[in-house]
Amino acid sequence: MTQALTDKLSQADPFTVAGVALGSRLIMGTGGAPSLDGLGAALVASGTELTTVAMRRYATGGGPGAGTNLFELLLENNIRVLPNTAGCFTAREAVMTAELAREALETDWVKLEVIADEHTLLPDAVELVDATEQLVNRGFKVFAYTNDDPVVALRLEQLGAAAVMPLGAPIGTGLGILNPHNIELIVSRASVPVVLDAGIGTASDAALAMELGCDAVLLATAVTRAQDPVRMAEAFKHAVIGGRLASRAGRIPKRAHALASSAMEGRPDL
Amino acid sequence: MSTIHLNGAPAPLAAGTTVADLVAAVTGRAILPTGQPADGRRLGVAVARNADIVPRSRWSQTAVETDDDVEIVTAVQGG
Repeated sequence: MTQALTDKLSQADPFTVAGVALGSRLIMGTGGAPSLDGLGAALVASGTELTTVAMRRYATGGGPGAGTNLFELLLENNIRVLPNTAGCFTAREAVMTAELAREALETDWVKLEVIADEHTLLPDAVELVDATEQLVNRGFKVFAYTNDDPVVALRLEQLGAAAVMPLGAPIGTGLGILNPHNIELIVSRASVPVVLDAGIGTASDAALAMELGCDAVLLATAVTRAQDPVRMAEAFKHAVIGGRLASRAGRIPKRAHALASSAMEGRPDL
Repeated sequence: MSTIHLNGAPAPLAAGTTVADLVAAVTGRAILPTGQPADGRRLGVAVARNADIVPRSRWSQTAVETDDDVEIVTAVQGG
């Protein structure tokens, strides 16, 4: 697809979240990339306009927190930053991390992640609900990473979340969307944007998320740990656009028996 | 000489040290009294002192005291 065509499509159908219109429905994570240069190239290839970061100690001698190059990389590429609360197990830790992020990065947007344990990395619904309420009261725009539970998703929206982000499968597994029915149910009842977050393995998973009616897709590992991250980033860019178009175009119903698309009338007698 | 805990490790504390001094030492960038870096770029750093956030506007007026727990954080790659 040409750049002009993708630009035209995104202008006609922006992704509006927390009052901001974004030209891409692909939210990228930055975790797992071996180098900042490679990450930058992948982000540009993906067309993303919103990208997550984690908050960690400023490291002086190398390591994940060395320098503020990542923040500057995003600024240089006009990519809005979405700080996350990865690694938080309690609402208290998540609220503190969000406050640090707001102070450091000057944004009140936060991807709220409160996990139950390091083995599953699954969201802890009780702490998540508590943290969402606290952060909304403190003026944050909360992007709540949640289980594929339609009840919790609706509860988060009622508490004031700017977007609900159900998982397709556990973080980093690449298992795709394990319960498409629940994702459809979440979408059908939501009045805030639904972002499919976590579990995406390849382009068709992202297309499926959009076909199920999600407003956007968030992924990191599927790109950063792919053999060719730049090519995979571009694949996701097209998959999200394709899935979105298909979702709006109205697919044909599924049928048990074949249906000829060529008329039998006028068939020559051979 | 007295010490503090800086990002989880013991660090020496000179008399009269402010939060702004620590940020400048850790990031290697000069910090203006406003808390903004002198180079005009974005700093992308936040500070918690004894589990309370110190807003950048108060870095240069906030003295660091013996045994303080200071965390200086920034954005890194993640989910």
